[in-house]
Amino acid sequence: MGLRRMLDNMERHFQEGGRFQKWFAVFEVFDTFLYAPNSVTKSTAHVRDGIDLKRIMITVWLATFPAMFYGMYNVGFQAMEYMPDGFALEGWRGSMVEMFGGYDSSSIWNCLWYGALFFVPIYAVTFLVGISWEFLFAVKRGHEVNEGFFVTSVLFALICPPDVPLWQVALGISFGVVVAKEIFGGTGKNFLNPALAARAFLYFAYPVQLSGDDVWVAVDGVTAATPLALIASGGIEMLQQQWTWTQAFVGAIPGSIGETSTLAVFLGMALLLVTRIASYRIILGVFLGMVVFSGLLNAIGSDSNPAFATPWYWHLVAGGFAFGMVFMATEPVSGAMTNSGKWAYGVLIGVMTVLIRVVNPAFPEGIMLAILFANLFAPLIDHFVVQANIKRRVARVQ
Amino acid sequence: MEALLSLFVRAIFIENMALAFFLGMCTFLAISKKVQAAIGLGIAVTVVLTITVPVNNLIYHYLLADGALAWAGLPDMDLSFLGLLSYIGVIAAIVQIMEMFLDKFMPALYNALGVFLPLITVNCAILGAALFMVERDYGFAESVVFGLGSGLGWALAVIALAGIREKLKYSDVPDGLQGLGITFITAGLMAMGFMAFGGIDI
Repeated sequence: MGLRRMLDNMERHFQEGGRFQKWFAVFEVFDTFLYAPNSVTKSTAHVRDGIDLKRIMITVWLATFPAMFYGMYNVGFQAMEYMPDGFALEGWRGSMVEMFGGYDSSSIWNCLWYGALFFVPIYAVTFLVGISWEFLFAVKRGHEVNEGFFVTSVLFALICPPDVPLWQVALGISFGVVVAKEIFGGTGKNFLNPALAARAFLYFAYPVQLSGDDVWVAVDGVTAATPLALIASGGIEMLQQQWTWTQAFVGAIPGSIGETSTLAVFLGMALLLVTRIASYRIILGVFLGMVVFSGLLNAIGSDSNPAFATPWYWHLVAGGFAFGMVFMATEPVSGAMTNSGKWAYGVLIGVMTVLIRVVNPAFPEGIMLAILFANLFAPLIDHFVVQANIKRRVARVQ
Repeated sequence: MEALLSLFVRAIFIENMALAFFLGMCTFLAISKKVQAAIGLGIAVTVVLTITVPVNNLIYHYLLADGALAWAGLPDMDLSFLGLLSYIGVIAAIVQIMEMFLDKFMPALYNALGVFLPLITVNCAILGAALFMVERDYGFAESVVFGLGSGLGWALAVIALAGIREKLKYSDVPDGLQGLGITFITAGLMAMGFMAFGGIDI
């Protein structure tokens, strides 16, 4: 309890009139991070549930853990599968591998350690740079730092390729936090998903380091095509020569750090659905939109574009479809808010994902851009749903 | 037929007038506070584009282009330097005529469009579409499809922006960015979302 007393003693300095009044936001972050806030509702709106924004965000953060740990393992596993014989990492990573791990891909610990050496710096840079921006805006504008950044930072780190340069990570998360979120007033007031906006910004600004075949394996100079790149160039046959569906489902494929394992993402999804934090309507909408539209494209067929023949169960496990569907599309702020709007929003994402993957030769992966595109139309969808409700109720009164 | 269909899709999504070329920005930013108003403006722009692009196409091909006056016995005449002047004149005239026509025969639609009709005379998306039509050498059928498609694409963009701005009413934008500033940034972020289509080749 010494810590609690220390915080209580410090608190008056941060209150209005105190010496460090300007730094209240910083104090508040540490206080509410360590202890449940003791403030209660004073006006007429009474909250009946203990689940607040903080608990929601922490739950989402926990739900990413299976994908995160599997992702770290897979970064190491892929690197060791592809690395030439006798390869050794240089610099601090090399000495860390030699001290605590090794280059043997059959050892789970070695893979996990190798992957952690790539993932942890990305996550650390994301977190430190992003939280600095959050503090700056909170102190300057007098609002509180929100736990939403926990989620933004881990999601952004998980959708980076393992090989991404760290300065680009810093630049990307700065764009995401500042331009896509803070200038609109912070958590809950933005209209684009900050993690996705950051990733898309990097994708368009530095295509060389964030796409192509060179970046998915954490070994310099080794190229490995992602499943979607194989589909785009040679269709589903070419993909099946290299991996089975089960491999792709479990996640033993190259890709962004957290996106490869559909199985691990589904574990997180179970938690989010049981706690009802993620909307099942959006998830089902995305899934059904993808299934129906890919079925349609299968039926149409194409002589020149082999990607048309990709069946839905491959769309599900290849690339980041599952990750985007579970963690990105269900983000409550940038998605549709109304119940029937959520269906429409989900279906739009599913259809757009397949459309971009199959029809657009410039981008093998589509879920990121599809969700950003649907973010633009989410307020409009809600608007029409609300108008329809008003019309129906007016008709009932008359 | 397939070529026309792909032109239509391209004009709406891939080469979106507002979010890929940033044309018609003044009305795009000014009249996007309310979804209802944006829908009216979108319809007006679509109608005007669908009429003016084909008309300008006819004028270009039968009066202005190099050798276009051959039917009048003047095969060496090249009046294409008059292009800019004639297109904008034609647009202004057609908007005026349409306004009178709607006032007389469809007063409901006229009232719904209100001030937007005269406003879009100076919308650069309209002139831009006419100039693209000349530059890309569209035929008559193509110009009809292109006019309709780019009008719908512009309407889609302005309605989506209005939806977002209605939502942004609850945002807490810093003082220096309120109003137009945040709208510019919003339009830029929207353009990033529309880049999903960039690179599609149909």
